Amino acid sequence: MAAILDVKGLSAWYGPIRALYDLDLTIEQGGVTALLGANGAGKTTTLRAICNMTRRAGTTTFDGKDISKFTTEDIVRLGIGQVPEGRGTFTGLSVDENLRLAFHIRKDRAEAMRDMDLVFELFPRLKERIKQQAGTLSGGEQQMLAVGRALMLAPRLMLLDEPSFGLAPLIVQEIFRILKRINVEKKVSMLIVEQNAALALELADHVYLLETGRVVTQGPSELVKNDETLRKAYLGY
Amino acid sequence: MEFFIQQLVAGLTSGAIYACVALGLVMIFVSTDHINFAQGEMAMFATYLAWAMIDVGFSYWMAFVCAVLLAFVGGLFIQRVILKPLETAPVLSLVVCFIALLSFFNALAGMLWSFTIKPFPTPFPPKDIFGNGLVSAQQLGIVAVTVIMLGILTVFFRYTTLGLAMRAAAQNASSARLMGVRVSWMLALGWGLAAAIGAVAGMLVAPIVFLDPNMMTGILVYGFAGALVGGIGNPMGAVAGGFIVGVLENLVGSYLIGNELKLSFALAMVVGVLLLKPAGIFGQVIVRRV
Ligand SMILES: Nc1ncnc2c1ncn2[C@@H]1O[C@H](COP(=O)(O)OP(=O)(O)OP(=O)(O)O)[C@@H](O)[C@H]1O
Ligand SMILES: [Mg+2]
Repeated sequence: MAAILDVKGLSAWYGPIRALYDLDLTIEQGGVTALLGANGAGKTTTLRAICNMTRRAGTTTFDGKDISKFTTEDIVRLGIGQVPEGRGTFTGLSVDENLRLAFHIRKDRAEAMRDMDLVFELFPRLKERIKQQAGTLSGGEQQMLAVGRALMLAPRLMLLDEPSFGLAPLIVQEIFRILKRINVEKKVSMLIVEQNAALALELADHVYLLETGRVVTQGPSELVKNDETLRKAYLGY
Repeated sequence: MEFFIQQLVAGLTSGAIYACVALGLVMIFVSTDHINFAQGEMAMFATYLAWAMIDVGFSYWMAFVCAVLLAFVGGLFIQRVILKPLETAPVLSLVVCFIALLSFFNALAGMLWSFTIKPFPTPFPPKDIFGNGLVSAQQLGIVAVTVIMLGILTVFFRYTTLGLAMRAAAQNASSARLMGVRVSWMLALGWGLAAAIGAVAGMLVAPIVFLDPNMMTGILVYGFAGALVGGIGNPMGAVAGGFIVGVLENLVGSYLIGNELKLSFALAMVVGVLLLKPAGIFGQVIVRRV
């Protein structure tokens, strides 16, 4: 299978501080890759660097196209939807407006309307709160909204930064079930950053383990799941 | 009573102008946190352009529309060429840049058209609307043009996806980029709109104060007062603030303190509101969870 995303020698800096060291990373078409690691390992930075949101170096190839020099907006328009750390809610806009914002870049209005229906089908709670100011949603609802916003972009690759952050176990289950559905039904490839390693490993077919800005191990998730030393050392279970 | 109504109407009329200026300031402030000190001079310059077009034979409304369009393009151009390279510059450099723009437009207008005052035509007939000396066609026209413009802007920001994208970019730039919004162009559009609104204000007020390169200086102060009183983070609030300042300034000026102290009253109002309610009367403190 061809790779949908191929990252070579990715490095990133915050001012003088280097956060990533020559990262190589590949995501298969239709695959789900988990990116795991301790706090400060550089997971968020990796997602930000892929979308050119930080100072970075290295090449990013998306679907055969070199996007290393593209702006964030253009990368998004090509089909990479990110659910950012902290959810990125437009607090002063309504739930409805948060989602409709995607219409700005969607040429296919009818298709976009159907995607909106899908978001409401996946997250009925959002539909109930459609006119509510998004800043007043609960944390879990805002997380649903963040996933919904990314879906509205009709992405071919989703980058998800801790979609389970701060959520009740039941909601976490629900969100992961929905991600699975999106992956299978809409054929959206995914790169998921998660603290909940066990959960991520269930969804992912591939894993990268990150430590202080470097990949320490990578491979099929089965391999990591069954490797007790790895699990104990890096995943803590 | 008659005198009161006359003052009220006069207040609403100047309030409409202040509301336009306030809205122009807010338009730029909400997306960049900058106060464009050159807002008034840009409006003045656009008004001169309209004057020049009328002078060579354009009809009033033709010149009006062209001046608004030119102002829009000019605002866009200023953001793209001058401010975009300064995106990461410290605030003080920007303040200097705005002051430079202010004196540039002032000097350029003086150079091109001289500093002597000129009459500016009004499109409204010299008519008394109710035949009792209360409301003139000029006053009604100024308020009507303002209200129509506000209506168009409201529809634009509320019901078009471009307007929505501009609001999103102003609220959360990095999140907007992740939704594919070209944030930097949204800022440019904001500048264009602010300049266009300013042009309308300039052309409405010019027949009353006469055209000269310094005609907007005082009005900018009132507009600024309106924006602060209403809430500088909130377009609707700023518009309301503009009207409030206009009406109070007239009433307080004619009943209490006399015309000479009107400007000081506007400043007192700003200080008062900032002390009691820093976000402005209508400034909502956005409910936010962390
Ligand atoms: N804006 C910033 N300025 C300076 N340093 C930063 C900034 N953002 C991140 N860093 C540093 O870069 C490194 C990687 O951060 P990153 O946010 O990518 O970690 P992470 O793996 O996502 O961690 P977490 O699990 O806590 O979210 C950290 O050492 C962090 O301190
Ligand atoms: Mg992180």
